[in-house]
Order: sequence, then C-alpha cells, then structure tokens
Amino acid sequence: MIGYPANSILVLVEVSPSGQLRSGAAELIGAAASVGSAVALALAPTGNAERLGTELAALGAAQVLISETEEHASSVVVPAVDALAAAAAVVAPEAVLTANSIRGRDAAARFAARSGSALALDAVGISRDEEGIIAHHSVYGGAYLVDSAASTGALVITLRQGSSDLRSEAQPSNVQQLPVAASGAPEATITAYRETAAASSRPELRGADIVVSGGRGLGSGENFSLVEGLADALGGAIGASRAAVDAGYVAQTMQVGQTGVTVAPQLYIALGISGAIQHRAGMQTSKTIIAINKDPDAPIFDIADFGVVGDIFTVVPQLVAAIEAKRG
Amino acid sequence: MKIIVLMKEVPDTYGERTLDLETGLLNRSASEPVLDEITERALEVALSHREKDANTEVVLLTVGPAGTLPATLRKGLAMGADRAVHVQDPALLGADLSLTAQVIAAAAKHIGFDLVIAGNASTDGGGGALPSMLTELFGVAGLASLSTVAIDELTVSGSCNTEFDSYEASIDLPGVISVTEALPDARFPNFKGIMAAKKKPFETLDLAQLGIVIDQETARSIVISAAQRPARNAGIRIEDAGDAGDQIAEFLAQNQLIKGRSA
Repeated sequence: MIGYPANSILVLVEVSPSGQLRSGAAELIGAAASVGSAVALALAPTGNAERLGTELAALGAAQVLISETEEHASSVVVPAVDALAAAAAVVAPEAVLTANSIRGRDAAARFAARSGSALALDAVGISRDEEGIIAHHSVYGGAYLVDSAASTGALVITLRQGSSDLRSEAQPSNVQQLPVAASGAPEATITAYRETAAASSRPELRGADIVVSGGRGLGSGENFSLVEGLADALGGAIGASRAAVDAGYVAQTMQVGQTGVTVAPQLYIALGISGAIQHRAGMQTSKTIIAINKDPDAPIFDIADFGVVGDIFTVVPQLVAAIEAKRG
Repeated sequence: MKIIVLMKEVPDTYGERTLDLETGLLNRSASEPVLDEITERALEVALSHREKDANTEVVLLTVGPAGTLPATLRKGLAMGADRAVHVQDPALLGADLSLTAQVIAAAAKHIGFDLVIAGNASTDGGGGALPSMLTELFGVAGLASLSTVAIDELTVSGSCNTEFDSYEASIDLPGVISVTEALPDARFPNFKGIMAAKKKPFETLDLAQLGIVIDQETARSIVISAAQRPARNAGIRIEDAGDAGDQIAEFLAQNQLIKGRSA
C-alpha cells in the first residue's frame, strides 16, 4: 500500500470516451501542485491506465489513480462521483479539485453533497495559509475578490477554465489502478453522442490570450467575418455580445458576459459593442481593452485603455493591414 | 405530474451589484431584486408541459429572506404556476451551498415531486451546482445543463452541450434537471394571470417546520475575505481621422500584443 502525503490535492481530470485526456488537465494539476502534492484521478476505458499515468505525470501529477471502467463512454456523471468517493477514501486529500466545466462541476457538486464536504465553485486560483487551502473567487464580473475556505474537512473546489497559468514540472510516473465500488445511484442513459471539440484552428474562447468580440454594430452574421479577420490576424479567439447573439449573428456559445463566458485575456477588442453592464461583467478584468464604436457615449469607452470613436467597417480593415505590415 | 421549479431572486444585472465587504454577503438593498431570468426559463419548461398535460401541478420553491421575495415570486405565479412555497428563516442568513441544498431538499420532500427543474446557474452566485447536489441528496437521477427538454409521463430526455462533446440522454422519474438559456424565453404574465396570482396559495415555511436543525459541526464553505477590485479607468480615446486603425496597431505593437506568425 502506497501512502499519500498529508498535503495531497485530489484532482479529477476529464478523459474522452476513447481515452484521450481533455484539455485543462495541465491547468488543474499545475494549480494543485502549487499548494500540495497533486494526485490525479481519471476514468478511462480499460487498457489506458499506463499511458494516461505517464501523460498525467508529465503534467506534474505526483501520483495517478486510474479507474478503468467500460461505463465511462456511456455514463454522464455517476461513475466519476463513485471514483471520487473511492479515491478520497484512500488519499484523504486536503482538497479536491475539478474543472468548472459542465461535467466537472456536476461531479464536484455531487461528491460534495455525498461526502458532506464544503464546496467552493468557479475559483480563479487556490493558495494555502496556516489553516489550509483557500479558494479565490472573482465575483460580479470581477468587481469583487472573495476568498473562501472550508470550516472543516476537505474543500471541494471547481477551477474556472483558463484562469490559472501555473504549470507543474514533470514527475516520475507513479500510476495505480483504483478499485471503485459502484454506488448504484440512478444514472442518466446516453442515447446519442458526438464529439464537438472544435475543429477550428482558432483558440478556445475560455482561456484565450486574445479575444476579439463583435456586437450589434456588426449588423449581420455575414459581417462577423470582420471580427474573424482581426481575430485571425492576432491569433485570438472570437466572442460576441449578447445583443449579437440575440440578433442571431453567432452561436450562443460565443457570448461573453454575465450570462455567457467570462474571459480575462491579455487583450480584449470590442467591435461595435456598446458595453452594457452585462457584457462588461464578462470581460472587464481583461488586461488591456480596446474598443471601436461609432457612438461616442458608448459605456464601453469608460473601461477601454484605447477607444476609437469610428466606423468598424473602415477602422478594422486598416488595423488588420497594419498588423500584417508590422509583423512583416 | 407534480413539478417543482426552483426560483431565485437576484440583483438585476442591469444595475450595479455590491457586496458587503464586512460579511462578504450580497448587499440586497443596493439593487433592484428580480427573478433570475434562467429560473423563469425553467418555469416556462414546466408551464409548457402543463399545456400538454393538464394533470400537472407546477409548484414554485424558493429560499431567501422575507424582504422582497414574496412580491418577486408573485411574478412566477402570474406567469401561471399553481402555487408557491417560500422557505425563510433568520438562521439561513449567509447559508452556504451545502446548507441551502439541504433546506431545498427538505422542502421539496415536504411538497413531493416527480420532477424538479432549475436553471443551470444563477446570475449572482453563478455556481451551477445546486441541482447536482439535490440529485445526490434525493438519490434520484439527474441531468444538468440541458439545452433541450422533452418531458413525458415516466421519463425526461434532453440534450447537453458540454465544452467537449454533446449528448442526448434520458432519465427515469423522479428526477432533477437544470436548463440553460438555450431554452425558450419565458412568457410574460398577462393581466388575467396577474389578477389570479393574488389568490393562489402561497406557503411560508421556516426551518423548524421542515425539521431542520443546523449542525454547527458540519463542513461549511466560509468567506474569509472580500475586497473590491479598484475601478477601471478610461484610457486614451480618439476620434477616427482616417488613421485610427494604424494608431491601434501602433498601440498593440508598443504593448507587445502583436505576436509573430506561428508556424
């Protein structure tokens, strides 16, 4: 029996039905390793333990637990909750960390309810003080910074994707199979499935260094090519305001704001976006904000580091040409 | 079928929302309280089902302070819900998710249900965990973050788009689902609904009536500090005089924001 250090952080990483690590594992393990010993937990189809163990050690996991299960592809969340419960029983972690993804949050919430643990959601970082692990949160669109902790026991934390750039050094591979007793909790039945991992060459909106967003000022879905052109010139991701989504220009998954994705990139460029509070709540912690809008009273200018009152249809093409020229 | 819809009162996102920096709690008096839009969409799912199956009862359930909530919740009744249950107790001030989930679970059992429908995440807390916690506490099946929903007598099915994949799935009832804003907008209350809402049953419960004694030893998530981020200031602003694009490119270059073309 291998022992686990007292400062173990149990990290649930996500794996595709075919056994491939999802993006985000490096971020979770990096954050965990910054405050303790990262113990990675993955569910995978049979025959993937050694390979995943090596991959997770390379990302900084000091120890790796793999629950091999044929239910992995056909289940939604129950096997992950059962595996978390089994892993927590042997590791006795100081904290449990998952991504604040749809599946990660579901598993974390159910594990917290099952184990009676305190739950800290959508953290943007973790640290420790003399009393234990602390989760840092950015709330109300980043207007407030709040720290939370567990009154007792392990804190279960979901980490906002793309919020932490801490990465760990590779560790020697140390993988073990984790036996998991099925809880028998009622589970959903998957009737149809498809991978949607973007075939796009553009970065994902969450966690992108550069985001170019378009708003109602674009006027149509076709005109969104203006946003795409600038995003591609800068190597950035594409976002949109709620107004642009509601007008049907782009898919809801691209919405930045209170009810969409929250981003905090190095550079955020807002094209034809007025900057309603709902939008600002999703991007106002960006490091540098540039706004182009023809309305000089648009509230987006109140938070822009560089604002241009002008027509996006003339300014953006000139900007793209100038970027290409500067890059040579 | 008996459907419980979880409703939440939140500060209107069109106004400034503030935290009390002493307690880390929402400053409720500083902003207009409204029903969270996503919970209205959850209610719309329930009301749409009742139109197809008249033998459906739609019960609103909320937890929150006495203050403005009863008035806020009336909107849900005016939209068409049959009755409302409001859990309030001074001991719930500052309740964390675990305690809130425990209270909602107890209240839902008190009401009885075939299906619980919630929004996937509120606009203020934004946790998105409560429906999953309830699923676990009830020991029933659940589906989180559905972007389509079909309800029949014995099952609920729907589709979910995650960050990596999308799937269609179904659960046997009883169960818990949460819905995203991909679902249709909620209906507006009409005049008839507003008048009828005044006469609909409105039950108020406290912790004693639900048989809940708060266990001080239980693990809780606690706020240990809260601070306001300094407000952002406006920087340079220019009117386009024909060279704004070049000026932005210059600004980007000075700030090392133009990266080399990657291979």
